[in-house]
Amino acid sequence: MKDSNTDDWQCETKKKTKHLAYWTFAWVLTTALASFGPKLMWDSNSLYSLLAIALNVIVGIFMVLANIKQMKSLDELQQKIQLDAMGISLGSTLVLGIGYSLLDTSNVISGDAEISHLIIIMGLSYLAALILGQARYR
Amino acid sequence: MNNRLKVLRAENDLTQAQLAEALGVSRQTINAIEKGKFDPSLPLAFKAARLFKLPIESIFQDQ
Repeated sequence: MKDSNTDDWQCETKKKTKHLAYWTFAWVLTTALASFGPKLMWDSNSLYSLLAIALNVIVGIFMVLANIKQMKSLDELQQKIQLDAMGISLGSTLVLGIGYSLLDTSNVISGDAEISHLIIIMGLSYLAALILGQARYR
Repeated sequence: MNNRLKVLRAENDLTQAQLAEALGVSRQTINAIEKGKFDPSLPLAFKAARLFKLPIESIFQDQ
């Protein structure tokens, strides 16, 4: 009864997920380097800062490619759960991000709207949508 | 979409995990299809039809 050409898809998914984890870790490290390096390591030398940022972007591109490969290795229900979560995350980040920005530009809130807050919204909404998606199809 | 996957699985004495492995999907996917929560893609439906040696329309029916 076994279909031989679909044997090791789970191993493939695990492998791709590990690759994604490695690239994500590398991206976090290069982000830390580009963020803290100018102050702590090279005394704000522009050339080193530029190199660190270039490295961060290049590693980021590889992280995105690893993410695409990992998504493709998932089965169709898992892909749907991921796609739904991405849609919710993108939509809520856009709507809440614009709202947050308007609060800042209209001086309703004190202080500046930070991009880091947007990333937090994106991460949390993605995580919540993933959990809900997993629960929905359990 | 209605389907007879659960009945066919039982007739062939397969667990959800075994059917999932045979079709190259997760057990969660088989469970969701059986419960009617998720409609499989055409390639997956054809794969199931090949596996059970049945026409696709005898496994999956439009509601």
